[in-house]
Amino acid sequence: MDNHGSYKQLINIWIFLMFLTFITVYVAQFDFGALNVPIALLVASIKAGVVALHFMHLKHEDGLTWVFASYPIFLLFLLIAFTATDMFSRVLN
Amino acid sequence: MSEVNEKNYLENGEGFASWFFTVDHKRIGVMYLWAIAVFFIIAAIASFLVRFEHLTPGQTIVSADTYNVLFTLHGSMMVFLFIVPGVAASFGNFLIPLMIGAKDVIFPKLNLYSFWIYLAGAAIFMIALAGPADTGWTFYTPYSIETGANVILITLGIFVLGFSSILTGINFIVTMHKLRAPGMTWDRLPLFCWAAYATSLLQVLATPVVGITLLLLIGERYFGLGFFDPARGGDPVMFQHFFWFYSHPAVYIMILPAMGIISEIMPVFSRKPIFGYKAIAYASLAIALISFLVWGHHMFVSGQSKLVNIIFSVITYAVAVPTAIKVFNWLWTMHKGSIELSTAMLYSLAFIFLFTIGGLTGLFLGALAADVHLHDTYFVVAHMHYVMIGGTVFGFFAALHFWYPKMWGRMFDEFKAKIAFVLIFIGFNVVFFPQFIMGTLGMPRRYFNYAPEFQSLHQISTYGTWIIGAGFILMLWVLMRPLPGKAPGNPYRSVSLEWSMDSPPGTFNFDEIPTITEPVYNYGTKVEEES
Amino acid sequence: MGFFDVTSKIIKSIAYPSEMVPSIDDHADDGEHHFDPVTEHESAKLGMWLFLATELLLFGGLFAAYAIYRAKYPEMFMDGSKSLDVVLGTVNTVILIFSSLTVAVAVKAIQENRIKLVKLMLWITIICAAIFAVNKYFEYTYKFSKGIFPGTDIFYSIYFASTGVHMLHVFIGMIVLGILLRKVYKGKYSKENFTAIEIGGLYWHLVDLIWIYLFPLLYLVG
Repeated sequence: MDNHGSYKQLINIWIFLMFLTFITVYVAQFDFGALNVPIALLVASIKAGVVALHFMHLKHEDGLTWVFASYPIFLLFLLIAFTATDMFSRVLN
Repeated sequence: MSEVNEKNYLENGEGFASWFFTVDHKRIGVMYLWAIAVFFIIAAIASFLVRFEHLTPGQTIVSADTYNVLFTLHGSMMVFLFIVPGVAASFGNFLIPLMIGAKDVIFPKLNLYSFWIYLAGAAIFMIALAGPADTGWTFYTPYSIETGANVILITLGIFVLGFSSILTGINFIVTMHKLRAPGMTWDRLPLFCWAAYATSLLQVLATPVVGITLLLLIGERYFGLGFFDPARGGDPVMFQHFFWFYSHPAVYIMILPAMGIISEIMPVFSRKPIFGYKAIAYASLAIALISFLVWGHHMFVSGQSKLVNIIFSVITYAVAVPTAIKVFNWLWTMHKGSIELSTAMLYSLAFIFLFTIGGLTGLFLGALAADVHLHDTYFVVAHMHYVMIGGTVFGFFAALHFWYPKMWGRMFDEFKAKIAFVLIFIGFNVVFFPQFIMGTLGMPRRYFNYAPEFQSLHQISTYGTWIIGAGFILMLWVLMRPLPGKAPGNPYRSVSLEWSMDSPPGTFNFDEIPTITEPVYNYGTKVEEES
Repeated sequence: MGFFDVTSKIIKSIAYPSEMVPSIDDHADDGEHHFDPVTEHESAKLGMWLFLATELLLFGGLFAAYAIYRAKYPEMFMDGSKSLDVVLGTVNTVILIFSSLTVAVAVKAIQENRIKLVKLMLWITIICAAIFAVNKYFEYTYKFSKGIFPGTDIFYSIYFASTGVHMLHVFIGMIVLGILLRKVYKGKYSKENFTAIEIGGLYWHLVDLIWIYLFPLLYLVG
């Protein structure tokens, strides 16, 4: 009932992930200044997305699973956003 | 299977092993009830000692260090061992499958393991009392890093308890998604289940953050990680952010199940359908969502930035809206109803009254300017206890009385129970109302000593604990001595599913999974015709 | 009851809710299925996804600490990051992603009753996890020999705390996969009965997912 795709597809996905890993390491040699972290995060997120969608079959799950898989990311964003806003908007008297 | 189901769940097996290794959600719920009752009593005794100490300024019965230990014991035990797991795990376990028309929760064995993990966490917590913590239940850094007290063991206990909380939450969420009986649509789901669902969401999504926070605190003490230590470039306010990211949603873990209980009791004893079913159901979810956005209002005077203070203050007002919606709906449910003042109904009415006071004083504290004056005073103590006792504990007591026949198959002495209610209600107000006054006059919380002009208010408050204590003892005495004779299946002429079966329910709940054909709380139609 | 048995029971309790009976003493083996298999399978997966959500938020505290202190002390993070061994980190990334592939293949193979392939894939996964752990051991001991410990500065605290908590998950994953493998040898799983392997696999993928973020954030953004 959960038998999706073929072995070949899984291997192709793995090759794609290896390629992205290569990109991650390769671009790290260059200094993009403030863009370093966003670029690293972007590539990592593509990798994470591929793993979740294909290896973890999220692609075939219902909306409910999608909600539970994505809501914690929103909460994590909240935690970082509020805490960081506080830390960097403090004015010492 | 049917022979087993002819026995009720209390008769099905005797002795320690038949309880301790059971996977029956009803028995697990009852075991939670016993466990939290024990911890409630221990923590309550600690609070009576704290109050007794305040009979006179300076030392009355205990030293200042013992005093610090006592209020930490009271707070952390009440929060982590009684009120967070409390109502959700005990009544949630007992009621959810009965209410949705299922034979058990979806992961019954996991349910049992959750209970064992709870006991393990509680055991670690109790061992930690050998060198008790004196940090308060919030474990604020940097003091919690420096103190010689046993912080590591107590936080480890809380970490383990969090695991139990998470597993229970997952169990309830999946149960309510996958095991509802045919016809039990979301808009027919009893409001207690909606509240338990929202609670479970918070348990699952907030608890891991306090888990990692406490792990980091342990790491801080072992390795000197430095995240929360200003001497090492860390920031102690960050600990408070992480801590309250869990602990503010946690106050809704505490109150939401009690709100669910009130929503169940109101229509039964008003003999009317609940007013605004959808509003109450969605308000539960709204509370679960918004409660993640307001944690900073605990930190207005902790050195949090002004900008963030303002943002949190504004959002705090937003979380009052769904709460107020519920209160108005309960009131309107009673409007022109045929109200029966049973013990459970009295506790529910007291809930609305006290919780409204607790909620509105919360808005004082959510207001930035007022909070600067009121922060860390007895005003906060009084506000919190009006919400937690006046809200959660009164809701819990209402549930104890309301589902007593269903749980134990016996009836209790309503008259004596009402006397106990009166004592508890009066005692509670005598204890905590003077604390609002003391707080506004500037009496700080958690102080061993106080200025002589506060003595009369402190004494009134302490006398109140004796009244409420007498009420607790009387209530316990009444509930431990049920009336002779078996309880009928449905003593209140309720139309809810859990009352449609025998009291106590059979081991497998339902011989056949029922099919639901009517809306919930369908009063004024079916029941009246039959009676 | 050892740790091994407890873990095994917890996995079982999630994967096979139907094996429950309300009273284990007198009705343990009547084979009564209380919930139909489809509901069970769906529920087990949903339960696991919820658990993964909690795992993500557990690491969330560390990611939040990283984000804030990186912004606060950019130079410390630059220097610290440069001192980490990129080659070893890359090797570990490749190993972990490969183990993710083998688990995915195992989950697919069990649904086609290819038991031999399942055994091979689970073995490879466990071995990959072990190699990952050995590499980490060398990495840690090298750092210790240079006098770098948790608490040396905030960067190394984050490095040790986040890779340490991740390492803990690798070990738990190894135990989970080991239990699954033992049961595959006992012939417990088949085309009709593979939920445990599927949700065990989901857990292992999460271990990989976390590392996918930790690797660039710690080793590369220097």
